Amino acid sequence: MERIGKLPKLYLTVVFIILYAPIFYLIFYSFNSGGGMSDFESFTWEHYAAVFEDKRLIVIVLNTIIIALLSALASTAIGVIGALAIYFMRNKKMRNAVLSLNNILMVSPDVIIGASFLILFTMIGVKLGFASVLISHIAFSIPIVVIMVLPKLSEMNPTLIDAARDLGATSKDIMTRVILPFIKPGIFAGFFLALTYSLDDFAVTFFVTGNGFSTLSVEIYSMARTGISLTINALSGIIFVVTVGLVLGYYALNRKLKAPLAGVKK
Amino acid sequence: MKNNRLRSFYTIPYTAWILLFVIAPIALIVYYSFFDLTGNFTLSNYKSFFSSVYLKLTISSFWYAFLITLFSLLISYPTAYLITKTKHKQLWLLLIIIPSWINLLLKTYAFIGLMGLYGPINALLEVVGIGKQQILFTDFSYVFVSVYIFIPFMILPIFNALDKLNPVLIDASRDLGANSWTTFKRVIWPLTINGVKSGIQVVFIPALSLFMITRLIAGNKVITLGTAIEQQFLVTQNWGMGSTIAVFLILFMFIIMSFTTGKERGATGNGKNR
Repeated sequence: MERIGKLPKLYLTVVFIILYAPIFYLIFYSFNSGGGMSDFESFTWEHYAAVFEDKRLIVIVLNTIIIALLSALASTAIGVIGALAIYFMRNKKMRNAVLSLNNILMVSPDVIIGASFLILFTMIGVKLGFASVLISHIAFSIPIVVIMVLPKLSEMNPTLIDAARDLGATSKDIMTRVILPFIKPGIFAGFFLALTYSLDDFAVTFFVTGNGFSTLSVEIYSMARTGISLTINALSGIIFVVTVGLVLGYYALNRKLKAPLAGVKK
Repeated sequence: MKNNRLRSFYTIPYTAWILLFVIAPIALIVYYSFFDLTGNFTLSNYKSFFSSVYLKLTISSFWYAFLITLFSLLISYPTAYLITKTKHKQLWLLLIIIPSWINLLLKTYAFIGLMGLYGPINALLEVVGIGKQQILFTDFSYVFVSVYIFIPFMILPIFNALDKLNPVLIDASRDLGANSWTTFKRVIWPLTINGVKSGIQVVFIPALSLFMITRLIAGNKVITLGTAIEQQFLVTQNWGMGSTIAVFLILFMFIIMSFTTGKERGATGNGKNR
């Protein structure tokens, strides 16, 4: 394959610079002892200290993480079950209908999801706050898990199941020893995506969060509306490091999980 | 027998989810769109949607979404193409994806500083001699930040399509005497159109409904359908009107989806799985 020329290289470089500029800009000024994001006075850790001293902020960060973990776990469980349900469906039309319904929530604008869930929760009497946020995060993460698990299921050779059955495996054995191990990478990918969707979500949460409860996105939104605060910068610095760590960890894990299969497939 | 029971064990929780969180919410939105502020059944919301205020809003919302999608595509296609040509393409792709994992609000917030009157962009403009400009709270800043946010989601499906493209086809086209442009137009573009379509889908629909970028970056100058819905639901508390706008947004969503969902592998072609 031909190597890319100078001009394309420059183009790629510019795209990468623009993609990363805002992030590094935020982090750079998180070390500014001055008050704003324009004049860099001198290096300081004080904004990072402020993040750790702000009890309210820490509670919000913990809330965000708890919601993300719980919703990712629950949506992975229901999503895997859903993917299996779709996989076992014999009727093709039915299958496609269910798949389209599954996709509706994925393409729906967040505003629609948020508004409709707000109506739903008000109608069935779910109090706005932790519960409503958790339930909506579970709800919008399920289709993602299904989409990540389903391709793994269809990749699986169905004769594997027949073979297991012929050898006397019960349905439970087939599930725990044949199907689940095979789709494990898909399950992990689904869980991880659900986790990041939950951590990242703003619009839906904003609608169903009520007064007393807040997640990081919602909090940053209200902080940003009042103007620049370097505490947000420090927070973004921490989030960036954690995110990159998570992504690298995920890729390492993914590679490890995929490695034995890749050798056979390609 | 046993198999049937097992099957229903798988089907029940998932079906319950579909009923409660996919079908019921849409039905409720449609239901609420027929009520006015005092709770009377009425068609007046629909009537006011077709008034000039909301029609203008819809048209401008579409215009901005179109601009955002167009610029995202113009930047993303070459980027995706060049990444497939690099040596460690998976690594480069990962580098494209990482910014999309950083919280959306934080990136938007960064632009408040970057584009502010005393921010680096204005400092640069001053050095160049153009002088300070009000960049924040303009149409330009809104489109720019939105494009910035959406680029990774556009690159990903296009990259996947380009990456799957068999290079032999390009060689064949060259051997048959086609120049680069013809090769692109007749071979590469048609074969990657599904990636482009799913890219458009994941950008256009959210772009119609962005509301926090309009608030933070465009300073309420740009109002999209999403901003209007948020306003009606959370500020004015007029759920009926909000639902009516939402009904139309859902309609638009289905129309766009029908245009942009690839015929084959419709389910996995959805680019939202980043």
